[in-house]
Amino acid sequence: MTELFNSISTPVLILAVLALAVLGYLTIRARAIASGGGDARVLHSLPSYYGYNAAMFIAVPALLVLALWLLIQPMLVQNAVIDTLPAESIAEGASVNLLMSDVRRVADGLETLVAQGVMTTRETLTLDTKTTDLRAVLADVGVAVGAQIEAPVLAAAQKYRNLSTTADAWRTAIVLVLALGGFALAFRMTAPSFRARNAVEAGIKAVLIIAASLAILTTVGIVLSMLFESINFFRLHDWRDFFLGSSWAPNFRGDSNLSILPLLWGTLYISFIALLVAVPIGLFAAIYLSEYAGPKVRAVAKPLLEILAGIPTIVYGLFALLTVGPFLVSVFGRGDNGMLGVDWMSGATSVLTAGLVMGIMLIPFVSSLSDDIINAVPQSMRDGSFGLGATHSETVRQVILPAALPGIVGAILLAASRAIGETMIVVLGAGAIARISGNPFEAMTTITTRIVSQLTGDTDFASPETLVAFALGLTLFVLTLGLNVLALYIVRKYREQYE
Amino acid sequence: MTDMADTARHKGSLLVQDARTVKRNRAEARFKMYGIAAITIGMLMLAILLVTIIGRGAGAFQQTFITLDVPLLEDKLDKNGNRDLADIKKVSTFGYAPLMRTAFEEKVAAIGIETKLSGKDMANLLSKDAAATLRDFVLSDPSQIGQTVSFTFLAQSRVDGYLKDRVDRDNIANDKNISAEQLDLVDALIEAGSIEKKFNLSFITGADASDARPEAAGMGVSMIGSFFMMLVVLALALPIGVAASIYLEEFAPKNWITDIIEVNISNLAAVPSIVFGILGLAVFINYMHLPNSAPLVGGLVLTLMTLPTIIISTRASLKSVPPSIRDAALGVGASKMQSVFHHVLPLAAPGILTGTIIGLAQALGETAPLLLIGMVGFIASNPPDSIAEGLMSPNSAMPAQIYEWAKRADPAFYERAWGGIIILLVFLITMNAIAVLLRRRFERRW
Repeated sequence: MTELFNSISTPVLILAVLALAVLGYLTIRARAIASGGGDARVLHSLPSYYGYNAAMFIAVPALLVLALWLLIQPMLVQNAVIDTLPAESIAEGASVNLLMSDVRRVADGLETLVAQGVMTTRETLTLDTKTTDLRAVLADVGVAVGAQIEAPVLAAAQKYRNLSTTADAWRTAIVLVLALGGFALAFRMTAPSFRARNAVEAGIKAVLIIAASLAILTTVGIVLSMLFESINFFRLHDWRDFFLGSSWAPNFRGDSNLSILPLLWGTLYISFIALLVAVPIGLFAAIYLSEYAGPKVRAVAKPLLEILAGIPTIVYGLFALLTVGPFLVSVFGRGDNGMLGVDWMSGATSVLTAGLVMGIMLIPFVSSLSDDIINAVPQSMRDGSFGLGATHSETVRQVILPAALPGIVGAILLAASRAIGETMIVVLGAGAIARISGNPFEAMTTITTRIVSQLTGDTDFASPETLVAFALGLTLFVLTLGLNVLALYIVRKYREQYE
Repeated sequence: MTDMADTARHKGSLLVQDARTVKRNRAEARFKMYGIAAITIGMLMLAILLVTIIGRGAGAFQQTFITLDVPLLEDKLDKNGNRDLADIKKVSTFGYAPLMRTAFEEKVAAIGIETKLSGKDMANLLSKDAAATLRDFVLSDPSQIGQTVSFTFLAQSRVDGYLKDRVDRDNIANDKNISAEQLDLVDALIEAGSIEKKFNLSFITGADASDARPEAAGMGVSMIGSFFMMLVVLALALPIGVAASIYLEEFAPKNWITDIIEVNISNLAAVPSIVFGILGLAVFINYMHLPNSAPLVGGLVLTLMTLPTIIISTRASLKSVPPSIRDAALGVGASKMQSVFHHVLPLAAPGILTGTIIGLAQALGETAPLLLIGMVGFIASNPPDSIAEGLMSPNSAMPAQIYEWAKRADPAFYERAWGGIIILLVFLITMNAIAVLLRRRFERRW
């Protein structure tokens, strides 16, 4: 029986359930019409609703159980297998996770062996590491295993495969039973008085609610995924060093200095320069566009400025690295050969490079948000000011800006949160040296840059050098979330004033 | 009369501005200038950016080719002379190198150029890809063995750079890939018409190449990776986004749960993209064990990122459908659900589509999350064979490919990165133009 169920793969199972649903739709729809004596008018709902109801009963519970099972089964099987692993088989310096990935690989290998007909299931269970060179056998079928396979690993892999196949069989059986049960239930329910439309619409509504709550699920996913790994990190690394230390020097042999402060400094410094560029330009652009410009200028200038926001950040990154950086070096560097004859800057990557380019990127954020806010200031306030004899600029400075100030502060905070979370510009333009220094011509590094460098390439999820990226990510998330919430609060509060 | 006294105090004519008015008017003009300056700076930056991109990237679409007549000697390629494909396959690219050397020597002799270079040095002007090109040709048509075939090979990147003014004679002193004598030969060959710059289709359709062969690198395969990611985003983000918006806009009661959802969506829209990359790494790769670097994973991550954008624009277009439409549907006996799906949704469709296209364009240009799920740092050499493979097998994506090239410290790759940006921007501009056209064509004012 197990063999039979195991021969049905998951895609086939899904297709079978869907086929059953289509079949259910057709038969139940026909049955509904027949139950009304061929006259659709005596039915509560349109006949197709009876069909949809049947399809819903067949497919939804079955597929839902399948999805949940697929999610939970690996975890349960893994836990069961970990319990059987003897503690001493975990090698020095390695972790349970590493060992489990070995176990999984061997189990997958056994699966391939059976699938390709090299061994039967029974033979895989009687394998012995002493008599068979399993690594060579697996290599023959194209499964590469790193180290020599130890007996406990093989035993665990056998148990893993055993549990997995049994669970797979149960899964297939239960899903099919659910689908058929749904069919039978829908069949019994179908009668002229059954309110099929209401049932179907309740189902659709449930789907809509689930889709809407995906936003919550994503946030929870973000927080949990980072929280768990951060907790792991703080188990391995002193939290005082992370929050209060002064140097960032990851060392994959261990004993690293992993302090967020130099990174935070780099992040804030670059963001500050970016805002120094973006806020005046963006604000004046917004004032001009909303107060002075005619409709024609506005129709051209506003979309053009917003193109700056639509350009992918990788383009800005390249622009920083290859155009702005070398240009700044030719101005502020190269000693006597430079434009200013000074030698302040040696490499193309620096705080100034990244900050300037990020500032350009942020101009449209500041300008379009401020534009909306300035436009929301009631016309009566302008008229009052003009009536008192103020010039246009006096009106803007003394009436409109104070009235719009909370909103503009909100816009600036949103731009700041954008700057703090920006990645590509700083990865390419800011450099990789963590330091706390006030010199804008020096290369510095940011939180996002370090996340990228700690998590790309070969990562070992047992070392603090990798896990620190999650703690950095969590800090970044909290920081930007705080700024956003504050900004939205200010903007919302301000809007209510004039509505 | 106080009025009289005031007018009396104000000396001078209304037609002549007093000092204070002049000052105020100057301040006014200054203020206006600041605004114009700000707009001008913004425009200028955009112009500089676009000029830089086009100026530095256009070169990538042109490539230097060297034309040679290669004798496909039978004793080198097919020793048994029986045209058996299995035998011919045994000859590796090394076996083809001597052919190209002779071809080059003959070419130089035919044109009558005096040079001290050996055949090997001459053949070095060709791309390292050239032998493989020749081998592929022979394998696809073994009957050509024994004949002399005219071939157009890629030139190596230094020669290409020389024709594009990236490499000049002053800065090649320490370059072991090219020498002054070789450049002399290149000059002579250009004169003879054997070296020329042509449009390079393989930059658009080809795969990335290793560090030593920038001339052979192309965007094609990463474009396919991006395409599959967009497919995933479209298939997931559009239905989920629309369903969520319908619930929030049409059905949701005003309570704290709905409030939480709304706050969540607006916050997710502002979460840094790299955080979504961390989520993808932790959940999809570490927990669910989906394959690293797969466009499916990239698509899932980008879906979560694009959802808020799509939800916000969909809700706006649902909101713009007037309540009278809903009331009319309800009035003739439709259920709430029917009124939404049969009447409101079709009317909101153009707006939803516009928002979706803009969301997709945003996702297409996103790089940071892709770095964390491993869509950089390797070379996917072949386009995938099937949809399943396209989704599951490792690939890169356009912006990730550009990043990859930007990291390789070779000006030849920088040119390709800029060229890649041109291709990426062409896609983005097209998508945005479609969105604008849709909005213009179908937008309805009620």
